[in-house]
Amino acid sequence: MHFDSKNSDLSQIPKGIASLIEQQNSSFGKSAELSRRQFLKMTVASGFALGVFPAQAQDTPQNKANAAGLKAFQQPTAFVQITRDGSITVTINRLEFGQGVHTALPMILAEELDADWGKVHAVHGSADPAYVDPAFGMHLTGGSGSIKNSYTQYRELGARVRAMLISAAAAQWNVSPDILRTDRSTVIRADGKTLSYGELAEAAMKVVVPTKVSLKDPKNFKIIGKQVGRLDAKDKSSGKQDFGIDVRLPGMLTAVIAHPMVFGASIKSFDDNAAKQVKGVRAIVKIKVDRGGEGVAVIADGYWPAKQARDLLKIDWDASQVEKVDSTAQLKKYRELAQTTGNLHFKADVSQLSSAPKKIQAEYTFPYLAHAPMEPLNCTVHINADASKAELWVGTQMPGLEAMAAAQVLGVSPQNLQIHVQMAGGGFGRRAVPSCDYVVESCQVAKAARSAGIQAPIRTIWSREDDIKGGYYRPMHVHKAQIGFDEQGQVQAWDHVIVGQSIVAGTPFEGFLMKDGVDGTAIEGMRDPYPIPMRLSVHHPKVNVPVLWWRSVGSTHTAYVMETLIDEIARAAKQDPVAYRLKQFGDKHPRHTAALKLAVEKSGYSKRRLPKGQAWGVAVHESFQTVVAYVVTASVKNGQAKLHTATAGVHCNLAVNPKTIEAQIQGAALMGLGMCLENAAITLKDGVVEQDNFGQYAVARITDMPQMTVHIVPSADPPTGIGEPGLPPLAPAFANAIAQLTGKVPRSLPFKLA
Amino acid sequence: MTKYTLNVNGATKSLDVVPDTPLLWALRDSLDLSGTKYGCGVGQCGACMVQINGVPTRSCMTPVSSVGRQKVTTIEGIDPKAAHPLQQAWQELDVPQCGYCQAGQIMSAAALLKDNPNPSDADIDAAMGGNLCRCATYLRIRAGIHRAAEIARTQKGKK
Repeated sequence: MHFDSKNSDLSQIPKGIASLIEQQNSSFGKSAELSRRQFLKMTVASGFALGVFPAQAQDTPQNKANAAGLKAFQQPTAFVQITRDGSITVTINRLEFGQGVHTALPMILAEELDADWGKVHAVHGSADPAYVDPAFGMHLTGGSGSIKNSYTQYRELGARVRAMLISAAAAQWNVSPDILRTDRSTVIRADGKTLSYGELAEAAMKVVVPTKVSLKDPKNFKIIGKQVGRLDAKDKSSGKQDFGIDVRLPGMLTAVIAHPMVFGASIKSFDDNAAKQVKGVRAIVKIKVDRGGEGVAVIADGYWPAKQARDLLKIDWDASQVEKVDSTAQLKKYRELAQTTGNLHFKADVSQLSSAPKKIQAEYTFPYLAHAPMEPLNCTVHINADASKAELWVGTQMPGLEAMAAAQVLGVSPQNLQIHVQMAGGGFGRRAVPSCDYVVESCQVAKAARSAGIQAPIRTIWSREDDIKGGYYRPMHVHKAQIGFDEQGQVQAWDHVIVGQSIVAGTPFEGFLMKDGVDGTAIEGMRDPYPIPMRLSVHHPKVNVPVLWWRSVGSTHTAYVMETLIDEIARAAKQDPVAYRLKQFGDKHPRHTAALKLAVEKSGYSKRRLPKGQAWGVAVHESFQTVVAYVVTASVKNGQAKLHTATAGVHCNLAVNPKTIEAQIQGAALMGLGMCLENAAITLKDGVVEQDNFGQYAVARITDMPQMTVHIVPSADPPTGIGEPGLPPLAPAFANAIAQLTGKVPRSLPFKLA
Repeated sequence: MTKYTLNVNGATKSLDVVPDTPLLWALRDSLDLSGTKYGCGVGQCGACMVQINGVPTRSCMTPVSSVGRQKVTTIEGIDPKAAHPLQQAWQELDVPQCGYCQAGQIMSAAALLKDNPNPSDADIDAAMGGNLCRCATYLRIRAGIHRAAEIARTQKGKK
């Protein structure tokens, strides 16, 4: 999802979310007015304290006054723990689900702290107010915003802790702090005497937290900008890393839910006689599920008996009150809608369409796509003995919102609801659900289990089939474009219509992402950076299929449409697609130009002779304020397209960890390639999703991989996002190569070339 | 319920489950070995890969009742110090992203290297085609296997 940092101060957050945050803050005391002492107490009391410094903060008036000037998310105590042996633990206010934020944010903090990198560790933050996204004001891992929005925050945190350690050393030596320097977790005096951070940590805790700190000149960075290995690589290579699904609690039981085959359907009756016979089954309960539907949960000793019994349930569903979607009929309806003008987003005079010397008319179709993270959805819920408190263990991108939703379902007050954020096995947006579907349903299971007399913690697991069939897809879309341009490729008029469900309609995000009836996540990536007179209108039909942001969101389809059409115009005007783009960018889009030129240069585009049957393809796209350009080579044989090489040029401003950036661009590119593959589509018939596992829903395998290199444009400007921007331009670059070879632009994804 | 005795990572383990319980869930829910992951349950993704007598095997499709006294090796047992050449290479090259599929990837790759100490890209693709990675770490998996092969050759040379 794309949250423009310019629009992300608290005042612009929709009332629903603002009130949730307000409620959350007031339940703990106003975060901005916390004294450090209060803050420590609060975090300890709510179980969120991560040791912080040894809990010896002095409750002096001065300290209070100083701390009062800092917001909770600026308090070093909430983020840094230094033990006597010098081990430094950094609390991360974002979910780690592969993007490397549990290495990059510690790097940023360690840089300003002058920490010994070998002693730095990372842990997840919680739903505590200290761990909100400082730009967005709510708990959120999304919009490729973790580094972008927390770069200065983590630098300042590191600098604050460093200043406190220096003050402690100065006091101990009875010298001025100004003559002390730091290096590798040590405070150093002019005469060479040293004190380690571990030795100083306890005393540093008594020091006043500085409100203002100065930050390093980027040219003095020792950690930021280096190829740094992931802090979690070892545990993730040895089976040691636990994910949400690996949570083990004493007496814990496992639940599997029978969801309605049609979204939102209810239950007429069910027969659990066979299911009850499965050994290990403890309870079978009817529960409320997402979208007003009903389901049946089987609670058992482990996953296997729960799943076996779930599959033996005989349920008579009532889908009479809900729409039963048929993808073929839906596509027909979308195509009809695309013939009419929808809610206007860009206005432009398109009267020259008919008189333009050259014309393109194009219709594009994109299917629903499932996120299918490798770790299936799961959430563990423990309600305490008198049902006054609850704890959740879950991998989530929005723990604050989830905590509110869970508290509501479980009937506990928000301050009595704790979320332990778990390392997640991928997500790609599926763990940022405004309806909190999997957390709410897991809480419904735990609540029903309690009513059935079960006291144990309950871990609810989605089978892969439940996940693939479970909705919250990248929406299906139809685009219709009518373009008029001259012999030089100058666009005179472009009339464009997009048809697709709104992701944000009816969610707390609607208030600020929906404008004039147009969902901002549906049109992001359209038109810009090309200076085109484009009229853009949008239809958002209501369809009984839950939809959601999917890695790079709107750009998953807009980049494809824009970049294949731009290429087509260039070809029609007999211009080189790279030269055509560079001319369009002019001097207004230097980052686009730099990224594209870098990819062109490193790939040998047009200079290197390609093997027979291969062609070049190019695309460039900005999403989440990062520009990625691909130059690819591909071939087509017997109706099957093959991607041979991909060269990336990336402009993400300052590259915090080039090793991670390379990995993210590779992974996103290959996920983008996955959109082109046969069977990369979710379809529905009679309201039921037709795919149920990786056999029917294709994702990219190692055998689909091209050779690939990633090149980063050097920059010292504040970093922009990297988790998503690598995805959008890959498919159109591939398509443009195919168009060079076949003369036909693939107008629908996944590719059907034969 | 039936009592079974399994040989897992060189140790004898007893458990009491229904006979059709897949080895995956026996490992995870009964033996507390959670490094082996559930990804699809139908042999499509390879996240549950273990080795049985050295042969890469999908534990989600292997009933406990069929295992007998064969030697089961999981990610936890592939090297006593978690320093198998693949594990070293995985760390060196930062192969994992979310990391969820990597135990399965390593178990498949370890079997490949045992049979073929110097695999080509094509050999790797053939051996690893059944292991999905949604983060698409495939390029580094390829590189990681080549690097592990190199580490293993160096180690062999030293011995």
